[in-house]
Amino acid sequence: MNAARIRQKIAFFVLAVATLLIVIPILLTIFYIVKNGISAVTWAFITQSPRNGMKEGGIFPAIVGTIVLVIGTMLFSLPVGVLSAIYLVEYAKDNFFTRLIKLSVVNLSGIPSIVYGLFGFTLFVLLMGFGTSILAGSLTLAIMSLPVIITATKEALESVPFSFREISFSLGATRWQTIRYCVLPYAIPGILTGTVLSLSRAAGETAPILFTVAAFYLPRLPRSVFDQVMALPYHLYVISTQVPNMPMELSFATGFVLIALVFIMNLVSIILRAHYRKKKLW
Amino acid sequence: MVKQETIIKTVGLDCYYGSLCVLKDVSLEIYKNEILGIIGPANSGKTTFLRALNKLNYLNSLYSQKGDIFFSNESIKNIGENILRRKIGIIFALPQVLPVSIFNNVAYGPKVHGVTGKNTISQIVESALKKAYLWDEVKDRLNESAVHLSGGQQQRLCIARTLAVEPDVILYDEPCSGLDPISTAKVEDAMQQLKQSYTQILVTNNTKQAARVTERCVFLLMGEVIEVGKTTTLFTEPQDKRTDDYITGRFG
Repeated sequence: MNAARIRQKIAFFVLAVATLLIVIPILLTIFYIVKNGISAVTWAFITQSPRNGMKEGGIFPAIVGTIVLVIGTMLFSLPVGVLSAIYLVEYAKDNFFTRLIKLSVVNLSGIPSIVYGLFGFTLFVLLMGFGTSILAGSLTLAIMSLPVIITATKEALESVPFSFREISFSLGATRWQTIRYCVLPYAIPGILTGTVLSLSRAAGETAPILFTVAAFYLPRLPRSVFDQVMALPYHLYVISTQVPNMPMELSFATGFVLIALVFIMNLVSIILRAHYRKKKLW
Repeated sequence: MVKQETIIKTVGLDCYYGSLCVLKDVSLEIYKNEILGIIGPANSGKTTFLRALNKLNYLNSLYSQKGDIFFSNESIKNIGENILRRKIGIIFALPQVLPVSIFNNVAYGPKVHGVTGKNTISQIVESALKKAYLWDEVKDRLNESAVHLSGGQQQRLCIARTLAVEPDVILYDEPCSGLDPISTAKVEDAMQQLKQSYTQILVTNNTKQAARVTERCVFLLMGEVIEVGKTTTLFTEPQDKRTDDYITGRFG
């Protein structure tokens, strides 16, 4: 074997190891959680409220709380994120103001989530008077999700070939018709991916909901958007660190349910993407 | 000879990309139902001239222009761009189809202009495809993707798509530069047939094509109009030495 071939072997080996390093932690995490938690995941665990200082019973209110928060987050962040990305890509002129907005979007994604939590607490809970509520929590999570949704939507829109727009304009379509019929349909898979990605992150965040919505112990379902709710990540934090003599498998079971929820969201987005890709004819 | 009716007139047209001047003082008249050729070497401003006529240049934010263009005696400054572009259609150099079915490519224009009713749209699509000499080749597979058509078929599909919005003028920006000779002949046939109802402007790098297809010709060089005249005259007795040099192949 000559030197070039040996170098190639080494390069392949390094690349393969790097790839394995990505897969191993994920598999190990899932394996460990399933191994330790699966025994506690029963129908009762999923459908009942916690009892006896959370050491018994289920996590139903926390599941509902997380689902409600994800939906609330989506209601705010999806329209605002997608519309502002459309504006930035299709309408905004390249001037100082636009560049400032683009820079802000990039920087927003670098802010630690606990800072979003404090920001949401100050603005929504105190200043706007929503109190510790689903509304305040959803808005805080929505602001945290915006940069990812905007960036993903921008990239999806920019990857639609310029010729599609040119064809549409040349036939006398207005700018909005062009976006509506010749750009958006081809950008939807990318927008979906970004949205689900940011929503699954929102579902798993503890810091932003800490001061804005999460309840330590509230074994009933919310009645309005001004109610507090329990949420899976915060519940997991609470039972793992704040409750003495907590059975370990309950923590792992809660983690398992959270991962399963995120997995289901990703599955939905994969199915939707496949559906749209079938329509893609180029 | 009958006095010909002017449909488009440019007056002292200067076009700029940023500070770069690509067309200087172009004043031309284009007559109704003629096929006008625009020839000249690369970077002489042919495409810019074409795209100035239906305001497509403005898609580039660096673009600006001076002078004026009149369409049917009205300054295009006063015509909304979606109305103007409907009246002045364009065929691009490379066939550009939307990644949808053959039918929907042609139906797109009428739909955005508010045509409704399945039958009406089907009729428009059929008649446009017939005028572009494509109907016989695609009538059995209208719902297949337009992306799988050959280059020549795609270019005729683009012509059909433009015809479907009922323009008065059709601009061709080197429509055959990516096509083989047989496809080229088919596109040229379609142009000849369309002469009765449409004014056509053909930008081409191929002087032979200009000689075959056009009636009058403009020779552009470095953004300036060097010579305008009947194609037969321009090609046999050019008035300007630079025209002579270009068409005899001494440069360009």
